[in-house]
Amino acid sequence: MTDTKLAHELLSDMIRVRRMEEKCAELYSAAKIRGFLHLYVGEEAVAAGSLRALADDDAVVATYREHAHALLRGIPMTSIMAEMFGKQEGCSRGRGGSMHLFDASKRFYGGNAIVAGGLPLAVGIALADAMLQQKRVTACYFGDGAVAEGAFHESLNMAALWNLPVLFCCENNLYAMGTALEREHSQTDLTVKAASYRVPTLAVDGMDVEACHDAAQQGVDHVRDTGGPFFIEFRTYRFRAHSMFDPELYRDKAEVEQWRQRDPIRSFTQQCLRDGTLSDADVRGIEDSAAAEIEAAVAFAEAGTWEDVEDLERDVLTPPSEPEPMPEPAR
Amino acid sequence: MKTSYRTAVHDALRDALRDDPHVVLMGEDVGRYGGTYAASKGLLEEFGPDRIRDTPLSELGFVGIGIGAALNGLRPIVEVMTVNFSLLALDQLVNTAAALRHMSGGQFSVPLVVRMATGAGRQLAAQHSHSLEPWYAHIPGIKVVAPATVEDAYGMLAPALADPDPVVIFEHVQLYNTSADVEALTPTDISRAAVRRGGTDVTLVAYGGSLWKAMDAANELSLGGIDCEVIDLRVLRPLDDDTILESVRKTHRAVVIDEAWRTGSLAAEVMARVMEGAFYDLDAPVARVCSKEVPMPYAKHLEQAALPQTANIVAAVRNLFGEQQ
Amino acid sequence: MPSLGADMDEGTLDEWLVKPGDKVTRGQIVAVVETTKAAVEIECWQEGTVSELVVPVGETVQVGTVLATLLEPGERAEKPSRKPPRPSKRAAAKPATAPSRAPSGAVAPPTVPQRRRWVSPAARRLAQSLAVDIDAVSGTGPQGAVTISDVEHAAATIEHVAASKEPATKPITKATAADRAAQMRKSIAAAMGRSKREIPHYYLAQEIILDNALTWLTTRNAQRSIDERVLPAVLLLKAVGVAAQRFGEFNGFWRDDAFQPATGVHVGVGISLRAGGLVAPAIHDVPDKKLDELMDNLSDLVARARSFSLRSSEMSDPTITVTNLGDHGVDAVFGIIYPPQVALVGFGQPAQRVCVIDGGIRVVTAVQATLAADHRASDGHRGALFLSAINELLQQPDLLEK
Repeated sequence: MTDTKLAHELLSDMIRVRRMEEKCAELYSAAKIRGFLHLYVGEEAVAAGSLRALADDDAVVATYREHAHALLRGIPMTSIMAEMFGKQEGCSRGRGGSMHLFDASKRFYGGNAIVAGGLPLAVGIALADAMLQQKRVTACYFGDGAVAEGAFHESLNMAALWNLPVLFCCENNLYAMGTALEREHSQTDLTVKAASYRVPTLAVDGMDVEACHDAAQQGVDHVRDTGGPFFIEFRTYRFRAHSMFDPELYRDKAEVEQWRQRDPIRSFTQQCLRDGTLSDADVRGIEDSAAAEIEAAVAFAEAGTWEDVEDLERDVLTPPSEPEPMPEPAR
Repeated sequence: MKTSYRTAVHDALRDALRDDPHVVLMGEDVGRYGGTYAASKGLLEEFGPDRIRDTPLSELGFVGIGIGAALNGLRPIVEVMTVNFSLLALDQLVNTAAALRHMSGGQFSVPLVVRMATGAGRQLAAQHSHSLEPWYAHIPGIKVVAPATVEDAYGMLAPALADPDPVVIFEHVQLYNTSADVEALTPTDISRAAVRRGGTDVTLVAYGGSLWKAMDAANELSLGGIDCEVIDLRVLRPLDDDTILESVRKTHRAVVIDEAWRTGSLAAEVMARVMEGAFYDLDAPVARVCSKEVPMPYAKHLEQAALPQTANIVAAVRNLFGEQQ
Repeated sequence: MPSLGADMDEGTLDEWLVKPGDKVTRGQIVAVVETTKAAVEIECWQEGTVSELVVPVGETVQVGTVLATLLEPGERAEKPSRKPPRPSKRAAAKPATAPSRAPSGAVAPPTVPQRRRWVSPAARRLAQSLAVDIDAVSGTGPQGAVTISDVEHAAATIEHVAASKEPATKPITKATAADRAAQMRKSIAAAMGRSKREIPHYYLAQEIILDNALTWLTTRNAQRSIDERVLPAVLLLKAVGVAAQRFGEFNGFWRDDAFQPATGVHVGVGISLRAGGLVAPAIHDVPDKKLDELMDNLSDLVARARSFSLRSSEMSDPTITVTNLGDHGVDAVFGIIYPPQVALVGFGQPAQRVCVIDGGIRVVTAVQATLAADHRASDGHRGALFLSAINELLQQPDLLEK
């Protein structure tokens, strides 16, 4: 890696996500964040590497493990944190929580608690772009568990049949909650499934941020050139449990330890230090900056306000007039 | 001019596609086949395969696609062949279409129209005879309508398309072949119930494929000295409480007719609202006529016995009068 | 005790992995906690030295309870303060207390359970506003409930009684519904009495299978607007009208010891009134009218019958009468002719019947048609043909459309 600027950004993105997720874990234990919390620790390379291949006006559809995608797509950490706290300054006005982060201005279409729920949505967004002749890509993130759902198959089939600009990004972390890959799929090579729908595919090491970036770039280029779909399988691993309340009875600690040796942040840091792209000071600077960003986000969330109960029934249907704009988060 | 319900549906689709290039129709067999109920015949030839899209048999997939397309600038009309198959798509409708606006704190609207055929009466047996309107009327975040007349079959589509939120339109299978003399077909509304027959002794509340049965019962009862007011609900969510309650306050009696199974039917909801809003105006308990709780049998006499019939409605009304008939 | 899930309220301290004096770092696993799902490792979020393990092994505490205290680097230990852990809210089972029984005296004899009086909400309101004692009102509503009309009736009776005690100078009030009903009863009594005294009735019955007619009507109605639907009763009416045209001895009047056939066929239609009573006004020229027009005529008559605004010509014009079109559940009607008419056709309730057709058993919808006829004007042979003609017409309903 000779591009210092890019290396800095990649590492910074991964570290910001990692520290934010760790902070979320702490806040959840302190009961500041409630409900379900699904953390991305260990998978940072996928989001950091792939999202930057998208243009600003491309669309992103993600899962309930979407904090990284939301942050790296440009939703301020303050908004994200406030949303997790349930405050009305959150990006979904406190109505969504961890699993339902949305931002229309960033074309970030959530945040979905139904496994594979976002795939048909992504195909539909792409359909509109194709029909309205907008040359935009819709990136759709989902896990290995989603590949078993009917919605995956229906969506891939129609995206290929109708030649729609969807970048399907499968974050295969080897577990669908507590069920290992080989116990959920008769065919564990997920690219084969996508290929069966005549969607071109790529499999990539999800712990290698540069590889993720290259793969995503390749995918995005294909989608833009052909207007048709592309499927990337990112082979990754989550170091923490599926969600906060998961005793991880289904996997060996030894296995987790093995994967931790391939921590994307550590390996990329070491590589950059080794070849001189980044210095220790750079890394410290990134950590300090991330810590400050997180501290500010937590403070923002703490200072946030609870939405008035009187407004409980708003935003079920669209009111006839323009709704008032959402409170601006601090930047 | 004599126009059939089917033609009214067809013409509404055609006019919508002509008026707005953002409107697309997608569903199974809507294009080449011309629609399983012939409601989209000729549209593929006029508008082309981009705007009239035949989908694979993927209800969950193409309803979700409709939602995404609606989010991103199109005005899709998704046809789910019948409510029986819509169960496959229920997740997308309930967990995305209905919830998206709220979950996102008001950032998105989903201007999607879903049309489905519904109801029984053709000996299509247990899996093809459902009347699940109450399930849809239960969900906050969507609107649900049931056109029962030729005028509404045409008239409800335009306001549904103009609505920024998801609208589900139920077309009863037995109505496609009905017809009426209509001068001109125009957009109506998707907000109010309609009093189809004025009366003073009892209020009959019905919707969709049951409306004509209520009208027949009203005619028959009038010969027996009982004057019925018949309300066509038209909009199943949100229910037009005002029209229903105003009528019951006048007549003091009500019978609700609903082809759904009795337990948890839409009739149950209407009865609850009448009780809530007009209890002290009631002169007799509110009654209902619904389908018997049995998966729809194939044999004709059994199917007819399971469904609400005009005679059942007449009997239910008579029961409200005790010795005073 | 950290919150580890949306449904976690408490946890049990299973194992301490550190002891007072140990240095701990951020992220270090310091304890194991037992939850409903399984044993979970607890990590420490701060750096420091363990000062005191507050909750001992085996204790169950609520989420949020302090498990242990740490000293920050550089901090000095204070006097150990033993804060009692917040006990779990799981309450001990209360000992069941037997309900105390008062010593029983003489046991009361079992009484027949009395049902509460059923009064409709609207009736209760009305009784209050009219100052009627609701407990004195007897109910004629469904299952004997007291209804608005019962209260109105009671109020009118009270008025009546009060009025009858008043001196005669009290002004005459306008006719009430009760007055009209009484009047009607009188007229019916006079007419029916005279009929049975003077007219030698004979009776014939004929079962008519209605399947063809009803199927035909269903298709026809499907092509009409929702408010233009035609009742089966209209088919019956038309059939009677056309048959009466062909068999003139059933269509006319017995006057001055002779039968006077009528020129037109004006069918009287029996209409029940809610307040009680029956009127049978005429629809004119039935055989010449299309079904839609007949339906309109019928609806119009019914509406005006209710509002007591029928014309006298309608009341005196019927040349033959059809009764019991508003079905009341009987199989057949054997009626009394309205003098000076000479025939009365009755229809029972259409019902499903088992029938033999061409040697096979069929289930059909059938109705009992009856003829009550004046034996001075006609005889049974002709009556049978008349009924037969009605039957034939109903088997070919498109003939009735003209």
